[in-house]
Amino acid sequence: MSAATAPAPLLELEGINTYYGQIHILQDSNLIVREGELVCLLGGNASGKSTTLKTILGLVRPRTGRVLLAGEDVTRLPTAHRIRRGLAIVPENRRLFGPMTVLQNLEIGAYLRPRSDLQEEFERVYSLFPLLYERRSQLAGTLSGGEQQMVAMGRALMSKPRLLLMDEPSMGLAPILVERSFEIIQQVNEAGVAMLVVEQNANVSLSIASRGYVLSTGRVVLEGAAADLLENEDLRKAYLGR
Amino acid sequence: MSGPSDWDDSLTTPPEGAVEAVTAEGDAGPAVGQDEWVARHGERRTRRTGLLGTLEERLAVVPWWSWLTLFVGIICLLPLGFESGYIRRVAFDTVVFMLLALGLNIVVGWGGLLDLGFIAFYGVGAYAYALLSSGQYDLHLPTLVVIPIVAVVGGIVGWLVGLPSRRLTGDYLAIVTLFFFQVFLTATTNGDDIRGESVTNGPNGILDVDEFDIFGWTLPRSTSEGLFGVTYLYVALVFFVVVYVALHLLNDSRTGRAWRSLREDPLAAELMGMPVNRLKLMAFAFGAAVAALTGTFATALNGSVFPQNFEFPLLITIYTMVILGGAGSQAGVVVGAVIVSVLLEALRDANDARGLFYVVLVLGLVAAFRVSAKLAVVLGGTIVFGFVARLVAGGIDDAWTVGRIDDEGGRLADWAANWVIVPPRLDAWVAPVAYIGLVALVLLLSHVRGWVRIALLVPTLYLAAFVWENVLLARPESTRYIVVGALLVAMMVARPQGLLGEKRVEIV
Repeated sequence: MSAATAPAPLLELEGINTYYGQIHILQDSNLIVREGELVCLLGGNASGKSTTLKTILGLVRPRTGRVLLAGEDVTRLPTAHRIRRGLAIVPENRRLFGPMTVLQNLEIGAYLRPRSDLQEEFERVYSLFPLLYERRSQLAGTLSGGEQQMVAMGRALMSKPRLLLMDEPSMGLAPILVERSFEIIQQVNEAGVAMLVVEQNANVSLSIASRGYVLSTGRVVLEGAAADLLENEDLRKAYLGR
Repeated sequence: MSGPSDWDDSLTTPPEGAVEAVTAEGDAGPAVGQDEWVARHGERRTRRTGLLGTLEERLAVVPWWSWLTLFVGIICLLPLGFESGYIRRVAFDTVVFMLLALGLNIVVGWGGLLDLGFIAFYGVGAYAYALLSSGQYDLHLPTLVVIPIVAVVGGIVGWLVGLPSRRLTGDYLAIVTLFFFQVFLTATTNGDDIRGESVTNGPNGILDVDEFDIFGWTLPRSTSEGLFGVTYLYVALVFFVVVYVALHLLNDSRTGRAWRSLREDPLAAELMGMPVNRLKLMAFAFGAAVAALTGTFATALNGSVFPQNFEFPLLITIYTMVILGGAGSQAGVVVGAVIVSVLLEALRDANDARGLFYVVLVLGLVAAFRVSAKLAVVLGGTIVFGFVARLVAGGIDDAWTVGRIDDEGGRLADWAANWVIVPPRLDAWVAPVAYIGLVALVLLLSHVRGWVRIALLVPTLYLAAFVWENVLLARPESTRYIVVGALLVAMMVARPQGLLGEKRVEIV
């Protein structure tokens, strides 16, 4: 992607240093997601993936560095304000509201949207996931894992995000559903939503992403086009096991 | 009582292309989550057949306001049927309990915040009313001015007490709110000497509080014969209806759904962009405002207010109502309040309590065994066991079968005295041994199965009757709370979500 045609950056992390007490977690991390891009963030256990997401969402504050959303510095803003500026997340393990219906889960996703826009959001999400329409009055906790994943994505999309964060979307899904799930991610991305997918499953996520970052013990150790990363020997050894 | 969401109706037709897309996906390989089991989930729900089933279906479509109207209507008509000031007063107290349960339900049932200081808000409302409309500062503000002031004061105090909930949850929040409760009690008890000035008159309380005065019409707290002033029952009902309807609308609103999502998963709620802290504080403020409002008319009726009116047992009672009825369900907590309030009153009188005990015992057995051979064996066995046990006891010592000399008891008491061993005087060791033995037997029962269980059930029932007649009926004050506690334990085993509560669905 040449500099002249590159779309504006939607999310930028600049020199982020995050600490939990005395422990230095993220060390000088830089990350960019541009308008409409699908970027994946790879890394093993304890590599700082979740902390990166928490920093983006404002659940933890970096000691130094800046978080920019569409060019605006949001480092000091609370979570709700960042959501309002076009951020949404499908959390790890989905975290649906089990005793509530699919419809109510979706409504909660649109908490910050004006009431007049709700109908439109519902139609958009339902046309992407027709199954959610069929299951709208069912309790979310009674759905199967794959269906719950759809509700979680639908719920995140209800806030009409410009950037959707996905935390381990393949977790707890059967292999065949993982593939299907990534197809949906691609589909949503093609609808114009930029995505940052945090994954352990490097193979599948790199196959749909345009770019990727690899985290290791809190540092970005590799970054580049997804195709290049797939070919990278070190990465193959570390994550693909062959 | 979530009710169907208001968006349900507006989207009765699927968006264009939805149906086609589903069928198309069927060919394109395994579609995400097209799960047989879930697809049939609705069909698998068992429905009762026959008359009961039809009745259940019919009742399920009755709208909430019809139930409310019916319920309030019955209480309204109660004074026509009962001249007794006592029964009217019990009805009034029950409405007070219902309102307190509704208030607590906001914080605990909807917000999921463990608030052990709730009764203090009731006290704040009562004291605020008393200070503003009594001779204490010679303020006799009009009732219609005082009521909104008290509600706002209660809300503000609730907001302030809720502030720690921004950082604390669960047990820690409970401890902080409990601390506030103690501060309230200490402040009111010692409020007779604040820089030499008496604010609350301490343990002596504030006396001669004004009656409600609405547009110059003073509502008398007692009739000319000194009986309960029934207008206050209607005042309480007006408060109840207003609060109930307001809370129902609130629960159905965006804020209501936000509270529930906050209760289910605070982190997920925050990730959806909810102002989590503000929602928590709102729950505290609303709950406290309802409690404070309840304090106004309760104080106007009592004519006085003392720190002792707001002690720990009252908090436990309200919690029992909420848990028994089903935390989170408005109708549930109201039903819970009625059950506990009426039960606590009925247990004051030994003969009412006796009848209640045997009826509940038999009903419980019928519920457990249905009408079956087992039921006959257990009931028949217990009755025979009783007579045999009494014969044996009589053989050992005549004094044991003398029975209680009690003219007031009526037929049931006579019968019970001829069946249960009721010695005229208990040796000191008998009561604790029998009581602990009963608890041990009940625990043992839950660990055995089949015929052993049924065989063990017979002596357990008899021992229960023995303990009831000899130990518990002798001390009605503590028995009331023991019975309510036992009821709560039984409910938590049979229906953890409470009477009308929503069943929790765990996501694995």
